[in-house]
Amino acid sequence: MTINAQFNIQQGGFELEFDLTMLGVGTTAIFGASGSGKTTLLRAIAGLDHHMGASLIVAGEVWQQDNEFLPPHLRSIGYVFQEASLFAHMTVQQNLDYAWRRANKDGPPISVARAVDLLELAPLLNEQPTTLSGGERQRVAIARALCTRPKLLLMDEPLTGLDNAAKARLLPLIDSTLRKLKIPCLYVSHSIDEVSQLADNIILLEAGKVVQQGDMQYMLTRLDLPLAQHEGAESIVPATVIEYDEHYKLSYLDSDMGRFTMARKVDHSDSEGQESIEGKEVRIRILARDVSLTLNSQKDTSILNIFPATVSQLQPYGESQVTVKLLLNKTPLLARITVKSADLLKLKVGQQLYAQAKTVSLY
Amino acid sequence: MFNQADITAFLITLKLATVTVAILLVIGAPLAWWLARSQWRYKFLLEAFIALPLVLPPTVIGFYLLLAFSPAGAVGSVMQFLGVQPLAFTFTGLVIGSVIYSMPFVVQPLQNSFSAVSNRQLEVAATLGAGPKDRFFSIALPLARPGFITAAVLGFAHTIGEFGVVLMIGGNIPGKTQVASIAIYDHVESLEYANAHWLAGFLLFLSFVMLIVVYGLNRQTSVLRT
Repeated sequence: MTINAQFNIQQGGFELEFDLTMLGVGTTAIFGASGSGKTTLLRAIAGLDHHMGASLIVAGEVWQQDNEFLPPHLRSIGYVFQEASLFAHMTVQQNLDYAWRRANKDGPPISVARAVDLLELAPLLNEQPTTLSGGERQRVAIARALCTRPKLLLMDEPLTGLDNAAKARLLPLIDSTLRKLKIPCLYVSHSIDEVSQLADNIILLEAGKVVQQGDMQYMLTRLDLPLAQHEGAESIVPATVIEYDEHYKLSYLDSDMGRFTMARKVDHSDSEGQESIEGKEVRIRILARDVSLTLNSQKDTSILNIFPATVSQLQPYGESQVTVKLLLNKTPLLARITVKSADLLKLKVGQQLYAQAKTVSLY
Repeated sequence: MFNQADITAFLITLKLATVTVAILLVIGAPLAWWLARSQWRYKFLLEAFIALPLVLPPTVIGFYLLLAFSPAGAVGSVMQFLGVQPLAFTFTGLVIGSVIYSMPFVVQPLQNSFSAVSNRQLEVAATLGAGPKDRFFSIALPLARPGFITAAVLGFAHTIGEFGVVLMIGGNIPGKTQVASIAIYDHVESLEYANAHWLAGFLLFLSFVMLIVVYGLNRQTSVLRT
């Protein structure tokens, strides 16, 4: 499915210029600071605001063009608002049923039971929305959006306003839900953590303009973009689980970079119906500040993940640090080291060295 | 005690109030909804027109309606042309007069409670596949329920309390257009204070009970307290 979107929106002093073809596969993050036009764009795609002169074609279906405008209730979307907006005069179950009764008959095969299961709502079904916590309400809101059997899911910063504990619980749940259902999703956010965990693709918005768009793995490691100029700069490496070492309780994973060792068992709670975790595809997350560089391959070190790498780019970060972009068999990886270390190693572009990742985690 | 004529007058009053409120809820709900949501710049003109009965002496409304209903009047001549009985001095005429006279008491509480329904809830319903009519019935109506109770009771009570309009266009015909408030007036005129006491006391009691119901049900909301 492809989404052709062309918007030229003027609101007060704000202008949004958006002309993009998006591959409606996986999760696409719309990333930008507040005021960059993310929500405006998402509302326009949903048809909640009608802007003249726009064009929006989703999977060959005209949602807006010239004088045609498909109202939101006829678009096969699910929309999750920033604050959970459950119907206060209905229980959780009734909220879900409301969506289900109005579901797209030709949408993806999602049932209320499945949505309840994916978002772990079974104990909450008879509750009134006012008795739920913020995180619970947002889970219901997501399940309710799914119950409409949408062809496109639109999420507008669904974790805003939640405390860190609730975020930490909800984010993996959203991630596994999206991956299991394989519903194309546009996810608006200004949080790198959320975006790098969820998104396959990213669209960077700045002051109403698209700065860049592309594959998450490459966008995260581009030094000219704000993602890599962030305290939590990180790299994502797709990998396949090879085996679990029962003796040392370690997982081995293969990637384009080489073999990873990870001090945790890959959980297969989310690989439905799949008994074995071997062959499971995962995304390894490596924080730039957890990567160190050595000129020679260290044999006598406690670090297990060591890969030969080539320096491809250097960029100062703050006063005392530098962000180094490495290529490991064409796979990009960021390292953040001190300026002093960079000088001691005499780092320069094209240099061959070894990257050591102290900690790697999974998304 | 009540005499037979008093009971008849009272039943006519109840029937008038019931019919009036039913009609007002049916036409008042969409009208109030429109008033609550519309961005039309001249909306205030219509709001002022609906509020007129709040300030006009009832006899003024009754006077103009009487002129309109008379066989020579605008409505009356059309009705006569169509072969329909003139409306002046009929129960139907009373209903039309009451609908106009009590309209603000029904439309305003409805409009207030519809305004309190958040736009977000309606947007959510739209993204869940609910069209405009569906949104009205499934979201706006249930959320505006306190407003409906207030509107119904106020409209009912106000219709029972009518005097000037019904006197002008109803003509005080016992058993046909004589309502309780006019029956009380007649009793006082003929110095039948005992009968007047019974009817007046009963109306006082009934009105008080109805207002207790409204305020009791709306304890949490502020529909009547704005």
